Amino acid sequence: MASIGTGYDLSATTFSPDGRVFQVEYAQKAADSSGLTIGVCCKDGVVLAVEKILLSKMLLKESGRRVHLIDQHAILAVAGMGPDGRQLATRARQECEQYRNIFRTPMPGHLLAERIAGYVHVHSLYWHVRPFGCTVMIGTWELKQGPSLYMIDPSGSFYRYYGCAAGKGKQGAKTGLEKLDFRQLSCDDALLELAKLINAAHDESKDKPYEMEMIWIKSDTGKASLVPPYLIETVRQRAEQLAREEEMAD
Amino acid sequence: MELHISSSATKAENFSSAQLFVDPTRHTTAPLVTGGSVVGIKCSDGVVIAADTLASYGSLARFQNFSRLMKVTDSCMLGGGGEVSDFQEIQRLLENLITKDFCFNDEHIQTPRSVHQYLGRVLYAQRSRLNPLWNSLLVGGYAASQSFLGVVDLYGTTFESEVLATGFGVLLGLPLLRKAYRPDLSINEGIKIVEDVFRVLFYRDARSINRIQVATATSAGVTISEPYSLETKWDFEGFVNPRSTYDESTW
Repeated sequence: MASIGTGYDLSATTFSPDGRVFQVEYAQKAADSSGLTIGVCCKDGVVLAVEKILLSKMLLKESGRRVHLIDQHAILAVAGMGPDGRQLATRARQECEQYRNIFRTPMPGHLLAERIAGYVHVHSLYWHVRPFGCTVMIGTWELKQGPSLYMIDPSGSFYRYYGCAAGKGKQGAKTGLEKLDFRQLSCDDALLELAKLINAAHDESKDKPYEMEMIWIKSDTGKASLVPPYLIETVRQRAEQLAREEEMAD
Repeated sequence: MELHISSSATKAENFSSAQLFVDPTRHTTAPLVTGGSVVGIKCSDGVVIAADTLASYGSLARFQNFSRLMKVTDSCMLGGGGEVSDFQEIQRLLENLITKDFCFNDEHIQTPRSVHQYLGRVLYAQRSRLNPLWNSLLVGGYAASQSFLGVVDLYGTTFESEVLATGFGVLLGLPLLRKAYRPDLSINEGIKIVEDVFRVLFYRDARSINRIQVATATSAGVTISEPYSLETKWDFEGFVNPRSTYDESTW
């Protein structure tokens, strides 16, 4: 980056002469340096999956989770700094509770995404705060709307997606997602697809071992839940097996 | 100037001290829209609680299809009488409590006993602020193969029993419940008993209706029935001709 060292990257409150806010770009970099996070919005629900890099062999399984339950109908997954993501999850829970207190109905996905995006955005406006070093995906399921998926990046911009990816190897994952037909895909089928994408992004010889985390909302119950560990283990093994078979065929 | 002072003094004399320090209107101690009795009975394999579906506005039968029963968790249910808006506030508190547990996802859920105690604390705290939640609540549930049935009143008093009732049900329902109670009651027998209690309440309690809902908690979870109407019979001799009863009273 040629612009580094020109002094315009010290504060999130100053634009560079060519119209960039470097602090926010660095935050995006932090978000994309962690494990791969993918979200898909299927015909019958939303699934979010995370490749959680294990920094130590002594870590207890399922600790430092990157997928979070927000409300009965809302889920969140983090790419980037875990603590920043947890802060956003806490905030999202508060937003949902407040909305429920006022309107006595679950918070619609687009409002939740907008509120969280606004919260992320204000952290890119003031010198005394640091922008969030994470990209989060929010999945919701509503009675009328059905499933929806949003991704919010450290600048506070957010979009609704059929499928999205963030973190290390997101380019490859995006290419993989574009090959899928989400109107045909069920949540159960999506698990294997997500496992395959994460497995493909992971280089076993180079990268640290990882744990696969998945969370979903399916329309049969309309209730969010973590994907049961045995299901994750099954699809992960299947994805690894498929990858090996492909390697043999080459 | 003197005139002014004396005139204001005359004015002050017209006020009693109570009027000089007027208490603010405390709407919370004057319930407006109210629900009536809730009754509950423990059975051998679960608990039954029931409430009618009336929310009265004074003596007006204002809302005739209002559900006063709530499923709190898969093992716990709540029935409420008294001020309806306060009951809705309690429902809101419980929903938030349950959602918090849900988000923690640590497999801990509120047991019927903990919900009962929680409501006891909430109602006691409110009454200690001289701002009570004007309700009497019945908490029923079935967890760890054990039935639970407890009551909370507007002072925060909590206790448990095999048979419980609130409101007019204490006077007209409890004797019937105590008479009918056996430790080996089945759920269906329990439902039959609370139906009988509500039939009697409908005959005598002028703030009741013959449309009820029954909630059961068993090992299969909590189910709340759709509202249904009770059969009534009005050609009892005592109803047709009150003077024919031996004490010449409708009692």
